[in-house]
Amino acid sequence: MDGPDIGWYLIVAAMLFGIGALGVMLRRSPLIVLLSLEIMLNASNLTLIAFARQRGDLTGQVFALAVMAVAAAEVAIGLGLIVAMARRRLVLDVDQASALRG
Amino acid sequence: MGNFLVWVVWFLAAGGCLATGVAVVNVTNPFFAALALIGNLASLAVLYLLLAAEFLAAAQVLVYAGAVMVMFLFVVAYLGGRADAPWAGGPPLLRTAAVVAAAALLVEVVVVLGLAWGDNLQDPAQVSDSFGSPAEIGELFLTDHLLAFEITSIALLVAAVGGVVLGTTPEKEDE
Repeated sequence: MDGPDIGWYLIVAAMLFGIGALGVMLRRSPLIVLLSLEIMLNASNLTLIAFARQRGDLTGQVFALAVMAVAAAEVAIGLGLIVAMARRRLVLDVDQASALRG
Repeated sequence: MGNFLVWVVWFLAAGGCLATGVAVVNVTNPFFAALALIGNLASLAVLYLLLAAEFLAAAQVLVYAGAVMVMFLFVVAYLGGRADAPWAGGPPLLRTAAVVAAAALLVEVVVVLGLAWGDNLQDPAQVSDSFGSPAEIGELFLTDHLLAFEITSIALLVAAVGGVVLGTTPEKEDE
């Protein structure tokens, strides 16, 4: 294969996953948390596709496509939740939304 | 020479990917965060192309950078100033713990990769030109992975209906 080995793609994916995890843990706006989650999902997608190329097996790409669909569903639900929070005049802060905390 | 060009494209795509990722996590205005994520998704699509995943690269740009992010930008516009997300000061201990956890995750992955590098991560399989083409992916989806395909469609339908239900507030429920 021309260009970098699969390992370089995996390292980029790991760094992206770390960035996304930092965003989820450090930021408190639900919008930014959703965006960071997208970064994490895409990092896992990159890993799946890299391994699909390495093994010459398309199942990884099929799995990545399913992850994409699930991510779209997750964004739809997440944005619905954020809009519902905004309509009830709640503060858009994931630390404040603690009514269900046990 | 073609090899060198691939490396250049790879560096640009990977660098753009990481830079826009940092931007998404770092900026206070969610509008710019969403724009940075579009850049992130686009450079990821370039990496997918280098990995012979043409259909996925196209789907990434169409579905993600197109549909999902437009939906996102609509919500940011709807929320207006309320969507602003300045860096609120949490407990410093928790922040340090978060950074340590993310760094530990990264170090673990890199160490495991370094251990596996010589054996499993070189000399990728030979693939034909049609590897990753819409025809091959579509055939797999309609034969081997038909159940996953149908379940995905149901999940999307449920999510769409759920989003609508969440978005319409009942009038009298709050009292």
